[in-house]
Order: sequence, then C-alpha cells, then structure tokens
Amino acid sequence: MPSLQEMAKKEGAFAGGHRMCAGCPVPIMTKMLTRVTNGYEIVAGNATCCLEVASSIFPYSAWKIPWIHTAFENVGASMSGVETMYRALKKRGKISKPYKFIAIGGDGGTYDIGLQSLSGAMERGHDLVYICYDNGAYMNTGVQRSSATPMGATTTTTPAGEQSYGRQGNRKDLTRIMVAHNIRYVAQASIHDPVDLSEKLKKAIELDGPAFINLLSPCIPGWKIAPNMAVELARLGVETKYWPLYEVIDGEYQINYTPKTEMPVTEWMALQGRFKHLLKPAYSDVVDAFQQEVDRNWNRLVKQEELSVVLAGYAN
Amino acid sequence: MSKIVAITGAGAMSECMRQINPDVVPAFPITPSTQVIEDFSQFVADGKVDTEMITVESEHSAMSACIGAAAAGGRVMTATSSAGMALMWEMLHIAASMRQPVVMSLINRALSAPINIHADHSDSMGARDAGWIQLYAENNQEAYDNLIMAPKIAEHMDVRLPIMVCMDGFIISHCVQTMQLEDDNKVKEFIGEFESTYPVLDTQHPATWGALDLQDYYMEHKRAQHMAMKNAKDVIEKVSTEFANIFGRKYELFESYRLDDAERVIIAINSVCGEIKEVIDERREAGDKVGLLKIRSFRPFPYEEIAQALEGVKIVTVLDRSESMGAYGPLFVEIRAALFDEPEKPMVYNRIFGLGGRELFMSDIHDIFEENKTYLETGKVEKRFDYLKVRGG
Repeated sequence: MPSLQEMAKKEGAFAGGHRMCAGCPVPIMTKMLTRVTNGYEIVAGNATCCLEVASSIFPYSAWKIPWIHTAFENVGASMSGVETMYRALKKRGKISKPYKFIAIGGDGGTYDIGLQSLSGAMERGHDLVYICYDNGAYMNTGVQRSSATPMGATTTTTPAGEQSYGRQGNRKDLTRIMVAHNIRYVAQASIHDPVDLSEKLKKAIELDGPAFINLLSPCIPGWKIAPNMAVELARLGVETKYWPLYEVIDGEYQINYTPKTEMPVTEWMALQGRFKHLLKPAYSDVVDAFQQEVDRNWNRLVKQEELSVVLAGYAN
Repeated sequence: MSKIVAITGAGAMSECMRQINPDVVPAFPITPSTQVIEDFSQFVADGKVDTEMITVESEHSAMSACIGAAAAGGRVMTATSSAGMALMWEMLHIAASMRQPVVMSLINRALSAPINIHADHSDSMGARDAGWIQLYAENNQEAYDNLIMAPKIAEHMDVRLPIMVCMDGFIISHCVQTMQLEDDNKVKEFIGEFESTYPVLDTQHPATWGALDLQDYYMEHKRAQHMAMKNAKDVIEKVSTEFANIFGRKYELFESYRLDDAERVIIAINSVCGEIKEVIDERREAGDKVGLLKIRSFRPFPYEEIAQALEGVKIVTVLDRSESMGAYGPLFVEIRAALFDEPEKPMVYNRIFGLGGRELFMSDIHDIFEENKTYLETGKVEKRFDYLKVRGG
C-alpha cells in the first residue's frame, strides 16, 4: 500500500471541473478509488445521483476511465451486464487483460429504489464492487427522506413542524442486509479516514466476487453544514459510534476502530442544521431514542465481532 | 443442414437464439415467453452455446443488464411478455436512446388488470414510442425468420437500435407448426460478427455512456434516433432481400395478400392474418374482391408504401388487438394518417378484437367482410369504432 503522500501524487482518473458542491466528500472518494486500482483495467458504473449528474454534463465528462450510467434504480443490474459481457468476451478470447468493475450509488439509489437490483447483483456473484455513498437522503433532488435518513432529521418530505419532529423511526441498516447476502466482503468506511478507506477499496477490488462498501458521506446542503465541515462531521459520526467502521470478510466481523472516549451522539447532531430542532428540550425523548439506537447497534456489532472470534476458534 | 421441423413458436425463438449464440442473455421468466428462456438455459447447460446467461431478479434488471452488456461491446438477446415488458418500460426507452442493438423476442400477451395470460398487443403497442424497431409475425416461420434478420437490422451502422420480434402468445408461442429450420452455419454466416461502437470495455479509449444531456443537446440526440429509425426502413428491406437470396423466403415491410384488385380490405397484425387469408381465399372463389394487408414492420411505420398499396381500395377495416382508451386503436390511427394525403381515400373504420386472447373465428371474419360490403353499398360507415364479439356492446 503506498503512503498517502505517494497516493496523493498520482493523477487519478476523475478530473477536476466537475460540478459537485464545494466541500462534498464524494469526489475525494472517487478520486481515491481511481488511485488504488493498480494492475487492473477499471470500468465504473453509476446510479443516477449527485455524482452522476455533476460529473457527466454533455459534452463534458470528468471520467478518464470507461463509465456508464443508465438509470436510478439499476446500477447493480447494468453493471452485472457489463461484467458478464467481459466474462463472455474473455471466454471467447476477445479480451485478455484483467478487469475490475465498480458500481457507485447514493443511499436513495442503493437503500431504496436500487435495493432489488443490488441484491440480485450481489447474490449472483458478479465480480463487482458496489460503493454506496450514504448522505442520508435524496440529496440530488433536494433533500427528500430515504430509508437511510436518520431519525429526527428534517428533510423536504419529512419536515420538522408543529406536529412532527422530522423523519419518524429508525433508519434501515443496509450494511447488515448486505452481510446477509453471504458475499465475501462488506465494509463500512468514512471519508475522514483515507487510509482505512483506501485499504478497504483495495481489498474489495482485489478479491474475486461481489463486495459492498457503505461510505458515510456528509452532505453540505442536506445536512445544513458549512463547506469545510464534511470531513469533521464524518469523523464525529465515527467517534460517536453513529457510523462504526467495520468489515465483514467471509462472514467474520472486525471492528476497525473503537473510539477512545465515549461521546454522545448529540456532539455529532448539534453541528448539523437538519437536527437543530431536536435540541429543544421538548424533543429530548427523540434524542434519547436516537442514542439508544446507536448504542444498540454498536453493542450488537461488538457481540458479532466476539462471536466471529469464537466461531473462528471452532473452525481451527 | 436445413430441415422441416414441427416446433412451437417459442421453441423456434430459442432454436434461433441457439444458432445465433449471443454473447450474453439476461432473462427473467414470464408466461408465455418462458419456454424461450428455459430451452435456451438447457442449451447453455448442454454446451450447445457458450453464451453467458444472467438469470436476473426482474425484467427491469433484465433490460438494464442487456443495456450494460451491449454497451460493453457484444451481442445481447432476451425474451419477455406483457407485464415483463411493462416492468422494463423505463429501460426500453434507455436501450433505444443509448442506441444499443438489443434483440428481444416479445411473446405478445395482455396487460393486467384483470390479470390474463393470453394474446393481445397491449404490451408492444404500448411500447410503440419507446424507440424500438417492431417486427410482427403471423406464424412460427415468420417469427423465426424475423429473429434471424433482427441482429443484422439492429446492428446495422445506419440503425444501431434495439429490435423486438413479436408473435402472439399461446396461439403461436405454444402451438406446434411445421417450419423450415435453417442450417446453423448458414444462419451464423448470415448474421456475421458483432461490431461494437465505443465499447465500455475499451479502457484505451474510455467513453462516457449515459451522460446528463440538457436543453442544449437533448433534442439533437432525439432527432438522431428518429433518423436512425427512418434508416431502419431501408435496412429492413435490404436485409430481407439478402435473407430471401440465401433462404428463399421474401418478406416486405408488410404483406399484400390478394390486394391487387381488392375493393374491400382488412388490415391486421400477427396470427389472425392466417385465418383472414383462409376467408379471403374462400370469398375469392366466389368472386368477392377482398384482400389483406398484413403489417410486418410497425416501427418504423411504412406510411407511403401502405398508401400506395391501398390505391384503388374502396373500404378498409382496421383490426386492432389492443386499444388506446378514449381513442382509436393504434393501428387504425397510423393507417388513417397514411391515407390522409391521398387524393382518393378509401372509407376506413376500426374494430377492436381478441383482447386477452378472445378467439376470432373464420365466421367472424366473414361477418367483417359482410359488414364492410354493406358500408360500401350504402356509402356510409355506420360505426367508425366498435368491438367485435363483446358482451353488452
């Protein structure tokens, strides 16, 4: 693995001049992705999302690698087609180099409308790395709630108001759903830790078969934060255990980072305009429920890691 | 070696796919197209083809995978029916707009609700504006021949559009007929190698596919698609001539059956045309000047050619096996448009029949010819639009 300094010197296959928001972490991830793919021909596919619309406004393109987008809900399926054609042409001797395939979608295109297509692609075993950048709402269309939206967040379809505290109930845990597909590699990563993220990208790309990475991706307009705050909010998301960094490799859980100090999730929430209304005392029960869900998820994860160690002992 | 076989329409499609041996086949089962995919899966399992199949989790994903695979740079085929194609809807347009020459067997079946598994054309007629070439077939032989020609038409550099080869569900897909199954090698040779354009797998020349296309370019791309579809008309004729030279069966954009001196004509699509021909033969024996114009290419639609073929005809009954609620049937609309600029127009009227697989017997077709005879004699079309054989009509 090259050092960060070395990696930063590599050009990467995602050009500047795209129209992502200032301060958005998604182009950082995308550029990093194209820097860790040594030795393979890389083909990328996109679901309709911020990255897709902002990187490909005809007749311009930020992509220096082959890239395909067809629709919102189907990057799993369309990239299944690309990957399968690669295998077909390889079998017929029309292609010889080693290729790797990457699909990228936001949480709307992955947790919600694209879940079936993603599930199919993973279950069928295509050699495909799926990266979801989870910014917690349909940001591309103007911050509507998705099933990844955290409890209490105000969005344009779950606005906080006299009778509502914002998004009701808990968000979906897609990473666990992907683990249940029994694929070889599932991970959660965060944009604030480039070493961890680049290692995960590399691992996912290098193993054969489907892999899934869920990336916490703070959104400047959607989270109502300043453009210089995305990385910091990603870090706090991890420090407060809202977004644990972990991997599940061949079914074995491994927590990649355990916060040194206990930090309440309000430390993360307080910096975001989408949770501002929750800081009123009237909503303390919502904040408590949020914290309980964070704790429950973390504790489950710790148990799953312990269980993986025990099971590995049996296997040996 | 070419041979006569007894085979179902769906079986003919899968045999043709075996002969073509496409690079990738993404597929999802739906009645009545299932046999196409089942047979083909067996061909894969038995090593009779070396196609990579993707057994997707829905038709939406089937067409998405078709687009991805075709854009990657190879030949792609699939099959579906009815609700399956309805679920593909969004992707049908995208396949066409991304100019991917995907080849699909469409076994025509009614759309829900009420749920019904039998033949009508509500699926393909509803997709008539999706940008796909649509070829229709009266019987197994025609469907098989259309499917042999389909890749050559779709992949032609003046066209590069997807194509659906349609036949009536059950009536054709599940009924055994005899037909000429051509020699494997001759079929392969006729179709030739797939030629890719800016394939996604070409990492040396990375292409961006499916870009965001706003007010400043979108309309030019749409017009280019329209021009490609117009080109398809000539290409269909050219490929059909090549096909005839090799295999001996000649197809036009539409078939004119005993049309030369016909005064009263039925225009129809697909399997019902077989019965209509029988009735015409009977009536011709008795000196009745009746004929049939059978549509083969609905998209592109041969307006001028049809107007020319109908010269001298006095009355036309257009049979639609689908409908556009609150409007005339889709075929009728096209036929009227084709005739509008003619100095001497025949009387034209519309009948909806056969929805959800309802039979139309030869006696019913005799009734149609009796009715249009009365209309012609009285000089008046009593009912411009009506249903055939429906309760409470």
